[in-house]
Amino acid sequence: MSHDEIFEKVKALMVDALSVDEDQVTRQARLQADLGAESIDFLDIVFRLEREFGIKIDRNELFPESIFQGDPEFVKDGKVTEKGLAELKAKMPFADLSAFEANPKFDQISDLFTVDLIVRYVASKLNS
Amino acid sequence: MRWIWIDRFVEFTPGKSATAVKALSYAEDHFADHFPGFPVMPASLILEGLAQTGGILVGEANQFQEKVVLAKIPAAKFFRDVMAGELLHYTATIIDLRPQGALVSGRVTTGKELIAEAEIFFAHLDQSRNSQLFGDHNFVFSGELKYLLTAARQVAGEERPQLPPTTA
Repeated sequence: MSHDEIFEKVKALMVDALSVDEDQVTRQARLQADLGAESIDFLDIVFRLEREFGIKIDRNELFPESIFQGDPEFVKDGKVTEKGLAELKAKMPFADLSAFEANPKFDQISDLFTVDLIVRYVASKLNS
Repeated sequence: MRWIWIDRFVEFTPGKSATAVKALSYAEDHFADHFPGFPVMPASLILEGLAQTGGILVGEANQFQEKVVLAKIPAAKFFRDVMAGELLHYTATIIDLRPQGALVSGRVTTGKELIAEAEIFFAHLDQSRNSQLFGDHNFVFSGELKYLLTAARQVAGEERPQLPPTTA
């Protein structure tokens, strides 16, 4: 399945899960800042991705909690530490961290979660 | 006032589906205000009855060890108003049940007529965080809701219902 095909399915699923308009769901749209997703929506999205693509998503696989909960090893003085960045890379090989690494502010970590990240995650699951 | 919006279970298949009935009485308070001169059951209370049916179904699947809370309703459709004197059937079917929560699809019918349908998403409150916030008492499945289920089992000839505990 191509990234474009995956994107079309992800788009439809986001419209249902988040009650947003189709044209709001771009590849760059951030789940929280742009599409208004809240914590429970992430669980809903996980359920829908599993059903739509026939994949199994383990807890913490797509949205790793250890980072979000501000574990002091990973987050210090409002920034994600070297160890935290290594953890992000290990847990989320499908994420594009290049821009975030330059200024790894913890309160911007949710901006990593874009529609594109979901598309790439699904592609990596389908190909594995 | 009792916040129980279902009267009785008529079908219960653990981990799969459940149907409860709700008989609407003109004596119920909401009819007086919703609306004066045009008494119809508030759609929100129809959803509450459906959520109680689904919530007990989801809770029973883990022997009421989890605190099951309504997290969101991604979709709901209502096809007509409901009046006093009607008998509603709430049917909840588990689509997905996971350690973190469950997705349930619900249908509300009278006879063969579809009144409403909705998807309801339940979350299991995280056990550790939850006990800090609420203590160890399971406030969701206290007394009355579980009593309804025990009463349903009695109807099925399984066991006698136990009265809900009188202390909170």
